[in-house]
Amino acid sequence: MATFKDFRNSIKPNWCPGCGDFSVQAAIQRAAANVGLEPDNLAVVSGIGCSGRISGYIKSYGFHGIHGRSLPIAQGVKMANRDLTVIASGGDGDGFAIGMGHTVHAIRRNIDITYIVMDNQIYGLTKGQTSPRSDVGFKTKSTPEGSVESAIGVMELALTAGATFVAQSFSTDLKELTSIIEAGINHKGFSLINVFSPCVTYNKVNTYDWFKEHLVSLSTIEDYDSSNRMMAMQTLMENKGLVKGIIYQDKVKPSYQDLAHGYSKEALAKVDLNLPEEKFNQLMSEFM
Amino acid sequence: MIDQLSWKVGGQQGEGIDSTGEIFAMALNRQGYYLYSYRHFSSRIKGGHTNNKIRVSTSETRSISDDLDILIAFDQETIDVNVHELRDGGVVIGDSKFNPTVPEDLNVRLYSVPFTEIASELGTSLMKNMVAIGATSAVLGLPVESYLEVVEEIFARKGAKVVEKNMEAIQKGADRFNELSGGQIDGFQLNKADGKKRMFMIGNDAIALGFVAGGVRFMSAYPITPASEIMEYLIKKLPEFGGTVIQTEDEIAACTMAIGANYAGVRTITSSAGPGLSLMMEALGLSGMTEVPLVVVDTQRGGPSTGLPTKQEQSDLMAMIYGTHGEIPKVVMAPSTVEEAFYDAVEALNIAEEYQIPVILLTDLQLSLGKQSVEPLDYSRVEIRRGKLDPKEELPDTDDKDGYFKRYEVTEDGISPRVIPGMKNGIHHVTGVEHDETGKPSEVAANRQKQMDKRLRKLQNLRFNVPVVKQAPHEEADILLVGFNSTRGVIEEAIPRLEADGLKVNHAHIRLIHPFPADEMRSMIDKAKNVIVVENNATGQLANILKMNVGQHEKIKNLLKYDGNPFLPSEVVMKCKELV
Repeated sequence: MATFKDFRNSIKPNWCPGCGDFSVQAAIQRAAANVGLEPDNLAVVSGIGCSGRISGYIKSYGFHGIHGRSLPIAQGVKMANRDLTVIASGGDGDGFAIGMGHTVHAIRRNIDITYIVMDNQIYGLTKGQTSPRSDVGFKTKSTPEGSVESAIGVMELALTAGATFVAQSFSTDLKELTSIIEAGINHKGFSLINVFSPCVTYNKVNTYDWFKEHLVSLSTIEDYDSSNRMMAMQTLMENKGLVKGIIYQDKVKPSYQDLAHGYSKEALAKVDLNLPEEKFNQLMSEFM
Repeated sequence: MIDQLSWKVGGQQGEGIDSTGEIFAMALNRQGYYLYSYRHFSSRIKGGHTNNKIRVSTSETRSISDDLDILIAFDQETIDVNVHELRDGGVVIGDSKFNPTVPEDLNVRLYSVPFTEIASELGTSLMKNMVAIGATSAVLGLPVESYLEVVEEIFARKGAKVVEKNMEAIQKGADRFNELSGGQIDGFQLNKADGKKRMFMIGNDAIALGFVAGGVRFMSAYPITPASEIMEYLIKKLPEFGGTVIQTEDEIAACTMAIGANYAGVRTITSSAGPGLSLMMEALGLSGMTEVPLVVVDTQRGGPSTGLPTKQEQSDLMAMIYGTHGEIPKVVMAPSTVEEAFYDAVEALNIAEEYQIPVILLTDLQLSLGKQSVEPLDYSRVEIRRGKLDPKEELPDTDDKDGYFKRYEVTEDGISPRVIPGMKNGIHHVTGVEHDETGKPSEVAANRQKQMDKRLRKLQNLRFNVPVVKQAPHEEADILLVGFNSTRGVIEEAIPRLEADGLKVNHAHIRLIHPFPADEMRSMIDKAKNVIVVENNATGQLANILKMNVGQHEKIKNLLKYDGNPFLPSEVVMKCKELV
């Protein structure tokens, strides 16, 4: 059985020292080993940006796509081979700006993949512009007088879009993050995991210390019930979205693959492509 | 007795004009006539003039005709818009409901038949189209029973009574026409057809059937005119083979999802029209750069922007060849008949996998939607070739320090071994960033050059069956007519007329748009005094591509039409005479 070391390769990430993404990488590698995956049964699909490089830093099948499109690529991979574990990942710009359309539709489609967002509330690789997760008043190169646009409450949005698994974590809590990713992989449907992963170079406001001060762990809320969507929404709103833990999980709803009419139980990548002549003749006769 | 005639039915969109044409055409197709139809429609569901023009012939035909023999009108607008198309002595049959009139200066025969009234008497005015079909039968001298089989199939679900009523409507329409005309009128009786069984289908049906036969098991697509029928057919059929279709949120998702699924080893396609292809351009580059096979259908329609969404045009050519930033190997193929569309759909899948490239299967609205009689397709010509993909469970160990597979190994033919996720020892990285042989990002200049050369080398040895359809009887032709996609039929129809006027005419229909078959075209051009490129666009895109690849600018002339309608044979004949 593979250990987390089997999911490592020799490539040195090009992230800045202190970047939150290192822990996310480690958490994915540990979670993959903990749930019993082998590197060749895992596909990590990522977008563009600092965090998008992650697919090259984990030893597994990796697909580094184009900006904002990790989710459609990842869904295509999963539809083609339902035996694979598929993780999509990228930054908040990738998933909530250019890729937001895909995020909302991946949530409501509920294909069984895990989407991990490394949320640093800024654009890092383009050297510090505002992101849809930046707070109002946040000063960046593109908002020198402070951002005037509202930040998207992605967890709330996911709930209204029909999400079946919504979680949030913080990159320093390696243990909790790992267990949440494991839960996400094991969830039968689409799981959205937003990870606060501070940018030490361009975001001097939402720092490690800032998150430590502001994040509320759901485990500290008495009688919190992650199967209660109403409670999930209320808790998010009361805490301005700054909570960590599994916020909501619907363990009943079947995944897209289980609902899709006629969709093969065997991985499509393995089915016979040849059409028998008799069947071909029947298809032709339908036009006669 | 005659060998071919043209029939048109018109009215308001949403009042059964299409189904009237459909039932008429299906019945004649079953008797072995060759049908070719053209639908004039607008981008709305109810209201607005629409018509369906159907050519019936005892021999193969792939073009609409210049004129019209019979016009069936459900409103006066249909007569006003179309009456000038009627030949001398043509017939108009209008619904008495609107007191049809025809211009006095035209020599056409008008019959006012109470379509709606007869239908209402039988129970519902919806059957007025059946009454109209009955009147048509009377003109053509076809027995009413010819429709029984088709009517039974369409209305079987609704019960025997409904079938009976509809047949009665046809009978009454025929009877009433005969009363009005005083029996058979001359000049409309078709010679008997060969009685052979043929399919009656649109180009999109043939492409979709080709995909099913060619092993497509997944499709991701977004609805658009005139491509949606491909998606709709696969939605119906793929579940029978374990496959499925996802209607995505947009064309970017459609294309990138198809890339993900192809990467993971399933033959996956997407289809769209110009606006969707514009959105897919970045993804096409990803397919080219990552060497993930991809087939995209572009059913051209009127552009630019939303343009003429339900009209004929061939103006995506340059965008399909050059679209996407940077430089990738790509194949653009353009079938010219419905039969070719089927075989090309299968071949596009093979080329995409063998060369690990994006392939654009280009059609145009008239080829995609023009319904016509098609000879049975040849199963033995369907083959599945997956190139260097070797789907084993386990591969030998690699010598890479991380155990990565050389998915982008530099090879002589530029094509690397291909593996899919799930294979042991097949792990590699895929990225749109320039990369080394295992797929790891690399900006090293020497590596960049090697990988670019490798990718671009792949098409040097492209094998393509019949890149140009040639009809070249003349060693020294006055005219070489050049076209692509659906103009094949109209050019073939124009040629005998031009030859009757003493001109020697050769024809080259280009099926492989990119990489361009320059040598084949050069030899054709050398044999002609004039080269006339027939295309449905305003800037002469194919002519320009021809000039770029072959030169001979002074010989090459444009014959363009971009008003949204397909060429008529007479237009090609007239313009050719002007140009030479």
